[in-house]
Amino acid sequence: MSEQNSNALQTLAGALAAGSIETVDLTHTLDPDFPVIVLPPEFGQCARFRVEEVSRYDERGPAWYWRNFTCSEHTGTHFDAPIHWISGKDLPDASVDSIPADAFVRPVCVIDCSGESTADEDFLLTPEFIQAWEKDHGVIPEGSWVLMRTDWSKRSGADYLNMREDGAHTPGPTGDAVKLLVEERKIIGFGTETVGTDAGQATHLSPPYPAHYLLHGAGKYGLQCLANLDQLPATGAILVCPPLKIKNGSGSPLRVLALVERDSE
Amino acid sequence: MTEALKRPPKKDPQKRTTSPTLPPFARSRKAIAFTAAAAEGRFALQVCDACEHVTYPAREVCPKCWSMDLEWRDIPDGGKLISETTLRTSVNTYFRERMPWRIGTIQLDAGPSVLAHIHGDVGEFERVRMIARTDKSGQGVMMALPEKETPNMADDRQLRTLTCNPKFRRALVTDGRTELGQRVVKALADAGASRIFVGIAEQWRPYDGSEELQEIPGVEVMPLDVTDTISVNELAAEMGDKADILINTAEYVRPGSAMQRHGVTLARDEMETNYFGLMRLIQAFGHGMKARGADGDNSACAWVNLLSVYALSNWPVYGTTSASQAAALSLSQSLRGDFAGSGVKVINVLFGPLEESWRQPLPPPKVTPQRLADTVIHALTEGIENVTLGPVAEDVVRRYKEDPFVLERELTQLQMGM
Repeated sequence: MSEQNSNALQTLAGALAAGSIETVDLTHTLDPDFPVIVLPPEFGQCARFRVEEVSRYDERGPAWYWRNFTCSEHTGTHFDAPIHWISGKDLPDASVDSIPADAFVRPVCVIDCSGESTADEDFLLTPEFIQAWEKDHGVIPEGSWVLMRTDWSKRSGADYLNMREDGAHTPGPTGDAVKLLVEERKIIGFGTETVGTDAGQATHLSPPYPAHYLLHGAGKYGLQCLANLDQLPATGAILVCPPLKIKNGSGSPLRVLALVERDSE
Repeated sequence: MTEALKRPPKKDPQKRTTSPTLPPFARSRKAIAFTAAAAEGRFALQVCDACEHVTYPAREVCPKCWSMDLEWRDIPDGGKLISETTLRTSVNTYFRERMPWRIGTIQLDAGPSVLAHIHGDVGEFERVRMIARTDKSGQGVMMALPEKETPNMADDRQLRTLTCNPKFRRALVTDGRTELGQRVVKALADAGASRIFVGIAEQWRPYDGSEELQEIPGVEVMPLDVTDTISVNELAAEMGDKADILINTAEYVRPGSAMQRHGVTLARDEMETNYFGLMRLIQAFGHGMKARGADGDNSACAWVNLLSVYALSNWPVYGTTSASQAAALSLSQSLRGDFAGSGVKVINVLFGPLEESWRQPLPPPKVTPQRLADTVIHALTEGIENVTLGPVAEDVVRRYKEDPFVLERELTQLQMGM
C-alpha cells in the first residue's frame, strides 16, 4: 500500500472520528408493513418481509433469542443485480455474489427532482433535466452511482405505491435518460426512493421498464426504496451499498449508507 | 414354467422411448368400487344382502332376487380355469404391443364365472388363486395365478404389468439418514433392485449407519435435501431419468397440538419436509417418471409415500404433524391425477406409530422400521397401491371407512391420563 493511500484512509478515520464526515443511513427498516411492488395477479409475487421467532429465552431456547425471517430478494430497501432482468441474464459477474466488490463503494451524484415529483407524481427524469443539473454541479463522473431524489420516501402507506385503477403513479427516468447515464456518463448504477428504479407507469414506456431493461442490459446495478436522500449533497458523497452474498442472487435487501462531508461552519 | 427375467440391457440412446398406451379404462361408477378394493389388494365382488348371491360384473340390482342392496365384500379367491384363449391380434394398441396375451374364464368358488388375465404357469382346467389389481390404466382387473407358487412366478410378463417389482429396477430413497431409510434401502437391495440412489441431506452432519449404508450393493449416496428446491432439482437433473421407483422416506415429526406450540416455526419445518418436500420431489421427478411408464422391463413404475395414518384424521397429540401429513396425503391424491394414464402407480402406505425417537414415548403396538420397509417391498412386488400397516393404523382405517366423523370424535375426545 502506498503512503498516499494509507494517508487517505487515516484522514478518513480522523474525519469520521471528528464528525466532519458523517454516516447517513439511506435504508428503510425491514418491516412487514413496508410496501413491495405489486404485479398483475397472474405473475409470481414479491414475498413480504415476515418474521417468526425461533426462541426468546423460553422453552424453545432458554438463553437465546433468534428468529427466522423470509422475504424476496427485492423486499424493502434493495439492490438489483443485472441478472434480475432478461436483458442482463447472460452477462458475466451479473449476480449479487459475483459482482466485483468495488462497485459497492463509489462516489454518488444526487439529482434533486423532489419539487417536480411533488408537482407531478408521474414526473419523468429526462436527458435535458440531467444536463441542466450538470450545468450546476458538473458532468457526472464515470463510475458513479446516480440517485434520483424525489422525497418519495417521506410518503407511507397507500401513498407510497400510489396505485390507481390504471396502475402505480410514481416518478422515474425515461429510456433516453437511462441511455445517457449508461452509454455516455458510464455510471455504475442508478437508485431511487420509489419501489422500483422505473416509474410507476413505466410498462407503457418504450422499452417497457427502461431503467431495468437498459441498466441491467449494460451490466449496471439498481437501488430502490432508498430513504434520506434529502440529507445528501448533489455531489461529493460516497455511497456504501454491499448486498448480501446470495448464490446466484438477483438482488438483495441491504443496508445503504452514505459518507457525507459536513461543512465546518 | 416362467422364464426368469433377465437384466434389461442398457438403453439404445438412438431409440425413442416407448410412450405409455393403456388397456381399456372405462368403468361404471358402480365398478369403481372394484378398483378401490383392487388398489388395496383385496378381491371383492358385489354380494346381495338379501339372498347372498355373488354378482359379476358390477350391477345395480341383484340378478337373482332383484334386491338393490348389493354390498362389496371380500370373497374367497379360489377358482378353476374352465376355458382360455391366447390373443394374437387386437385393435387395442396396448394389447397389440404385448401379443400374445392369455385370457380365460374362471369358475369362482364363490359362484360367478369371470373373465381374467391368466398367468403363464396356470395349466388347463387347473385350480387358480385370483388376485385383483390395478392395471396400467389404473383400473381394477382380475388375474388368475397358479394355486401354488411356481419358479420365477413374479417374472410372468402379464403379471408384471400389474406389479412394480423392484427386481432389476433403479430406486431413489429420498432420506437415508434414518433407520427407516436405511432399512428400506437394504430391503430394496434384497429384492433385486439394480441401483439404489440414496438421498442424504446435509452431508456435513454425521449420521448413524452411514458406513453400513455405503456397503449395501448397488447403493449410490447422493446429496438430497427435500427442504431445498435447488438440491431436489439438481439431483433430478443428474439422475431423474433413472428413477424407476421413488420412495419418499423423508419425514419430520414432532409431538404437539397447535396450542401446545409456541409460534409456527416448527409447523413450518413439518410442512417444508412433509408437504413442500413431496411437492418439490413431484415437480422434479414426476415428469421423467410419467414419461417412462412403458420404458421396457425397468420402466418407471411406482412412487411410494410413507404417511402417518393420522393423515386421515387428526390426532392432537401430534396435532400439527398430523396436519402436515394430511396435506401430504391430499397432495399424493393430486399426484395420482397427474400420473393417471402413465402406468406409474402411486403407493401410499399409512402406518401406525413408528418405532423411532420422536415417537419414543408412545406405547406399543408400534411399527418397526424393518416392518415398514418389508411392507413397502411387498406393496411393490404385489402392485398394491393403498396399504395400511400396524394394528393402530388398521383400526383407524377401519373406523375411517365406517364413519370419519365418529373417528374424529374418538381421536379428539378427552383422553384418560392426558
